Amino acid sequence: APAHAFNKSAFQATSVQDAVKALGGSGALAESKDVSLQGPEIAENGAVVPLVGASPLPGIKLLAFMVEKNPNTLSAAFHVTDAVEANFSTRVKMAETSPVYAVAIAADGKAYFAKKEIKVTLGGCGG
Amino acid sequence: GLGRWAEADAAVAGEVLYDLPRFGNVSLLHLTDSHAQLLPQHFREPSVNLGAGPMKGRLPHLVGEQLLKACQVPPGTPVAHALTHLDFDAAADRYGKSGGFAHLATLVKRLKASRPGALLLDGGDSWQGSATALWTRGQDMVDAARLLGVDVMTGHWEFTLGMERVRELVERQLGPLQFLAHNVKTADFGDPVFDGHTVREINGVRVAIIGQAYPYTPIANPRYLVADWTFGIREQELQKLVDTVRAQGAQLVVLLSHNGMDLDLKLASRVSGIDAILGGHTHDALPLAIEVSNRGGRTVVTNAGCNGKFLGVLDFDVRGGQLRGYRYTLLPVFANLLPADAQMQALIAGVRAPYEARLAEVLAVPEGTLYRRGNFNGTGDQLLLDALLQVQDAQIAFSPGFRWGSTLLAGQPLTREWLLDMTATTYSYATVSEMSGATIKAVLEDVADNLFNPDPYYQQGGDMVRVGGLRYAITPGAGMGQRISDLRLDGQPLDADRLYKVAGWAPVAEEARTAHTRPVWELVEEWLRAQGGRLAAREPNVPAILGALPDPGFAA
Amino acid sequence: MRIRAQVQGSGAVVRVLMNHEMETGQRKDPNGRTIPAWHITDVTATLNGKTVLTAEWGPAVSRNPFLQFTLKNAKAGDKVAISWKDTRGDTRTDEATVA
Ligand SMILES: [Mn+2]
Ligand SMILES: [Mn+2]
Repeated sequence: APAHAFNKSAFQATSVQDAVKALGGSGALAESKDVSLQGPEIAENGAVVPLVGASPLPGIKLLAFMVEKNPNTLSAAFHVTDAVEANFSTRVKMAETSPVYAVAIAADGKAYFAKKEIKVTLGGCGG
Repeated sequence: GLGRWAEADAAVAGEVLYDLPRFGNVSLLHLTDSHAQLLPQHFREPSVNLGAGPMKGRLPHLVGEQLLKACQVPPGTPVAHALTHLDFDAAADRYGKSGGFAHLATLVKRLKASRPGALLLDGGDSWQGSATALWTRGQDMVDAARLLGVDVMTGHWEFTLGMERVRELVERQLGPLQFLAHNVKTADFGDPVFDGHTVREINGVRVAIIGQAYPYTPIANPRYLVADWTFGIREQELQKLVDTVRAQGAQLVVLLSHNGMDLDLKLASRVSGIDAILGGHTHDALPLAIEVSNRGGRTVVTNAGCNGKFLGVLDFDVRGGQLRGYRYTLLPVFANLLPADAQMQALIAGVRAPYEARLAEVLAVPEGTLYRRGNFNGTGDQLLLDALLQVQDAQIAFSPGFRWGSTLLAGQPLTREWLLDMTATTYSYATVSEMSGATIKAVLEDVADNLFNPDPYYQQGGDMVRVGGLRYAITPGAGMGQRISDLRLDGQPLDADRLYKVAGWAPVAEEARTAHTRPVWELVEEWLRAQGGRLAAREPNVPAILGALPDPGFAA
Repeated sequence: MRIRAQVQGSGAVVRVLMNHEMETGQRKDPNGRTIPAWHITDVTATLNGKTVLTAEWGPAVSRNPFLQFTLKNAKAGDKVAISWKDTRGDTRTDEATVA
């Protein structure tokens, strides 16, 4: 059995705040230069948006991707062990243009994030 | 290089215009966005080219007299005509047509003779924009580019030929011309699809050229045509590549970019170690280079217009591994001042021979000049909109804000060739659909944000979708979803919940490919024939612009 | 699954492509009935049999999911195994060798 079973309530959260709380984050949520989020400014396909999240901070226990305007905020959560770097990539669905977050939660429950606006557009036109 | 123009007399012939003194020891010749225009034609530069956010009123977002003033180009000269819409019809008559690969070939040969070792770079949008490029699936342009002596290219509309054709041309037909695109990767594991860069030794100087294809190709054009590939700006990967080629001994690093100029200017401020960005896509005919500071020093950014109208000449003086100076000149290509190169002319004649009769068929004679370029609409697009409204019996028509297409002067015969110059893509299907008023507004808001988002990384580099039937107002400086207002059809406010019949063409959705609709040029031909030979001048339907004027990027 | 595990420095970069519909539970079929959610919920990675990563995924992870992570210590020949479990209780495990 996996070390962490599927956290249903975290995936039902409809705000970054609630999702972080459900994932075990406590205290204030702080934007930090020590968390990075890479993704496109404009999504090529809202159904497949590549994200890379990372943090060099020591003691990070969990790294999660969240899309503020999706029906449910949390997309994926990765539990960090000593054997892997706090550096993960996956691809997520986005219903509309939204701020996207990489959230790193430390052992003490403190949560740090990086944020980026990713645009989902109808497309067309061009030079 | 502008001083030379300032000294030049308007009557000065090509010998003076094109006798550009050599500077330094590394020269790059830059052609971009030719849009497959093998023959000389007219291209009217925009009278409306608004800058968004911090770019408002800054180069390249100046038009007409404001552009000439900022670049110190004397008005009333051939160069002023090449750069602006001013007094267009009369000036076009006086100075004649622009571009044409046979005339370009003569200029390239002259410059290569005066600049030993010079490389010719093509920024892309070369394999699309004409009937013959569409009918030969880019073959005519590949053959012409090889004969022209293009050394390196990158791409955008090239990709609309589909992955298989692009691969075939790049891998089997293009050599020794190299296709570079560091930012195109496979959609599965992100492996490179093309070479990202090349290192060439020019007069003892190691020059690295990196190719940056149009980052938003799968968004601006149908994604299904490049389904297995992913693009993107890839700023961090670019920085790594620049650092790598520097570490490997490159003394000069150049980015051959199809980002569009605003995006290039931002990129230049964030990535260090690039000496110059030779840019395209936004079709900005900018007669000078813009220097951008970044933490590594400075980067020179240029943009060389479109349709073969210009050739950029960037000369570097590199001594002891250090860049000591540079000169940039944007040379207008006047067909009347440059004799046609016989070999290129023969190639072009050969390409056209099987199609000549189809191309030359006259569909009408317009009473007003037909052009496209400009942020909101042009008379050429209005023709397409008028035709779509009537043939499709629609209430509203949309025509994409493309920046290519040649200009037809009043009284010149409107041939099938010109119509295809305006419409030839691999997905020019005509569409009709029912759209709610709310959806119509959402579409306009979406396109407006792609044009006027204050952050260039969020722009797409096209113009606003052209609209027929519907009137509206636009506030370019407002936020996403807030720019479009006062939508009216026949004087009545558009009803958000009501359905309207909307005609369009060139949809990016895949369903259109299997719907078996006609290509847009067939509908427009049908409409033109119904006009009885003469075509009255078109009055472009443009929105009311709120909160943005006056602006040096807007000429009344 | 397609798995690539490539040595990089003293560790390895692991990239995985899985086959799964990742149905959100928010789409409707042509008859207007909601298509039930069906997605991977749990992902586990092991290195030579020892768990190195667990992840929880919701329905917003894209169809045919992609995963990339970096092992701090790994050498050529090491075995990486990836397992997933979905909302129906189905599971799958595939293995690759670090190269
Ligand atoms: Mn172009
Ligand atoms: Mn382009």
